[in-house]
Amino acid sequence: MTVLDGNALAGALTEVLGVDPTTTLLRCSGCGALGALGRTRVHASPMGSVARCGGCGTVLVTVVDAPGRRWVGLPGARAVAAMA
Amino acid sequence: MTLPDTGLEARITPTPSAAARRRPAWHPATVVAVSPETPNARRIVLDVPTWPGNDPGQHLDLRLTAEDGYQASRSYSIASSGDATSVVLAVDRVEDGEVSPFLVDAVEVGDALEVHGPLGGWFVWRPGVSDRPVQLVAGGSGIVPLAAIAGAHADAGDPAPFRLLYAVRTPEDVFFRSELARAEAAGVDTTIVYSRRAPDGAAVPAGRLTREALAAAVFPPDTGALVYVCGSTPFVEQVLRWLGELGHDTTDVRAERFGGS
Repeated sequence: MTVLDGNALAGALTEVLGVDPTTTLLRCSGCGALGALGRTRVHASPMGSVARCGGCGTVLVTVVDAPGRRWVGLPGARAVAAMA
Repeated sequence: MTLPDTGLEARITPTPSAAARRRPAWHPATVVAVSPETPNARRIVLDVPTWPGNDPGQHLDLRLTAEDGYQASRSYSIASSGDATSVVLAVDRVEDGEVSPFLVDAVEVGDALEVHGPLGGWFVWRPGVSDRPVQLVAGGSGIVPLAAIAGAHADAGDPAPFRLLYAVRTPEDVFFRSELARAEAAGVDTTIVYSRRAPDGAAVPAGRLTREALAAAVFPPDTGALVYVCGSTPFVEQVLRWLGELGHDTTDVRAERFGGS
């Protein structure tokens, strides 16, 4: 398991969502903290990656590569906001 | 209501999103130059005719396709910035890696690759946006995006005070020697810490970076410096811990960790 930053998800998330979300603000559904995706800690493995809240560990974003498709989940992000 | 101080809060800076200006996409690329950067790393220059340009500090995903259709992709920081359609990478060989040994040992001028980018709006610095002092901290090949930032600062004649702390093993392991010398001449206060062997006649003997050496080299917390840290995951975690102990607001530090691949 490799620990990276939210920056590392820019390519995968852009492919699925169509925009680069690393400066997007996420509201953690676990503790309510608000922070940029780019500064979350990402745990990467051959199965995929998860970005966790730095405060409470809630899984904010998941990226899983399956044959022929890439899945993105936002299980712990209660809301997202773009920096103007 | 007061939110808990969780470390997840980001200070919002009013910089326009890079994504808004340069939309990431897959682009065909051709290798136009390769040269040894260090005994263990190689500089690779790509010609990407459709490249929209990139901001200093951004990265790209590079995809290799084997003859049997097998694909592998990895993220690499970009050492160049601006509107040019040539893109400079410097790749360190990870011994048991899947992609980097190919890029360091096997890729040749004329080879075709695919790149996805420019990526990342977080680990980015643009000249003229802010007059905050900027502290760059690099471990090993973590210098790549920071060389782009220091170079952009020098090229723009940007007035923000800049410092670079660069931790490497030996003098031969220094990336971008001439580019960093140019940035230093343009006012980037540069400290290089050698962990295994220092140059002949160096005032400071070789040794691992310490908290005291970090404190001596970086802007003090009360300068409000914007800090960028890039290197291996253990290096970045150690530097972040020390910066916190020295009184820096680590929720405002921009970090880019890289794993091995």
